[in-house]
Amino acid sequence: MSKGLNVGISDWKVGKGEGMIVTYALGSCVGICLYDKSAKIGGLSHIMLPDSKSVTAGAANNRMKFADTAIPDMLSKMLTMGAVKARITAKIAGGAHMFPTSNEKFNIGDRNVAAVKSTLASLKIPITAQDCGENYGRTVFFNVVDGVMEVKSTTKGVKVL
Amino acid sequence: MIQKFEDLNDVHLDVLKEIGNIGSGNASTALSAMIGKEIKIKMPAVKVLEFQEALEHCGSPEDIRAAVLIRLKDDVTGMILLLIEQGFAEVILNVFFQKQEVDLLNLDEGDISALTEIGNIMGSCYMNAIATLANLKVGVETPGFTADMLGAVMSVPVIEFGEVGDKLLCIDKSIEIDGVSIKSNLMLIPTVDSLSFLFERLGIA
Repeated sequence: MSKGLNVGISDWKVGKGEGMIVTYALGSCVGICLYDKSAKIGGLSHIMLPDSKSVTAGAANNRMKFADTAIPDMLSKMLTMGAVKARITAKIAGGAHMFPTSNEKFNIGDRNVAAVKSTLASLKIPITAQDCGENYGRTVFFNVVDGVMEVKSTTKGVKVL
Repeated sequence: MIQKFEDLNDVHLDVLKEIGNIGSGNASTALSAMIGKEIKIKMPAVKVLEFQEALEHCGSPEDIRAAVLIRLKDDVTGMILLLIEQGFAEVILNVFFQKQEVDLLNLDEGDISALTEIGNIMGSCYMNAIATLANLKVGVETPGFTADMLGAVMSVPVIEFGEVGDKLLCIDKSIEIDGVSIKSNLMLIPTVDSLSFLFERLGIA
């Protein structure tokens, strides 16, 4: 299973030309794969929360934790490696609602997906594939060679996106 | 005044351990009465863990667990999360429905309600321990159930506590049923505010 770079919770990794980037068992978190197909530069970010500005100051230290900070940071890193912004596309997965609840406040999965989409929109990065929401966990394998995102879950098997 | 989990000192942790002990005692009695087997719950461990550590502490991210989540309300807020391993589910479902084999990913309605009820009873025992000890009002919401990858399940407490910090406080324990040790994590995950209030009530600054 340990093929390639492993991205933990509140973490992102980038690669160029070869290899696989993996993040295991996304629940309400969202995995964001950014890819420049021509340069074969890709990054996978695993965010936990929508907005770094909506939490207590002490919790905002880790920029990799939030959609609004992790995505631009990872994009900048990819650009320094030679990626071209106009070529970058995104594939996203996760944002599930693991436990049913009547209280919308606890539906963080939806809020995470919405924040990822709005961050990508503000960066003018198109989303070419997504597998979000519902009520199950997902593992994401992102192939830096061809930009294919595989999403594995316990109930739906493997989706190739 | 406790403002973050790192502020907890040894006295605080001992008090939490004691709450864990009383809760465990209540829970093992209740569980034992329910399934008619001898239950022992080992001394709880109280730990303040980084999110990633909390995950690794409970297993590998893709391990399959059934999980019961109980949200706390009134004087203490936070949640209780019971992670149920295959072996534990087998014991319970064997007692209830004489099942020999259990697939956590293919549970029927009856299985789910039995496991949820176990989680509910165990969780309530801990809450009663806190309520009695500190003379607090502690309510629980209707428990939620899922069976999925451990990492996905754990994302729920981790995310909710991510808004205030990078750590979780876990009181967890392992269970012995009829002499067979079963790994099962029951995590009592209070909010920092609730802890602060709890210690204030107990007269511990």
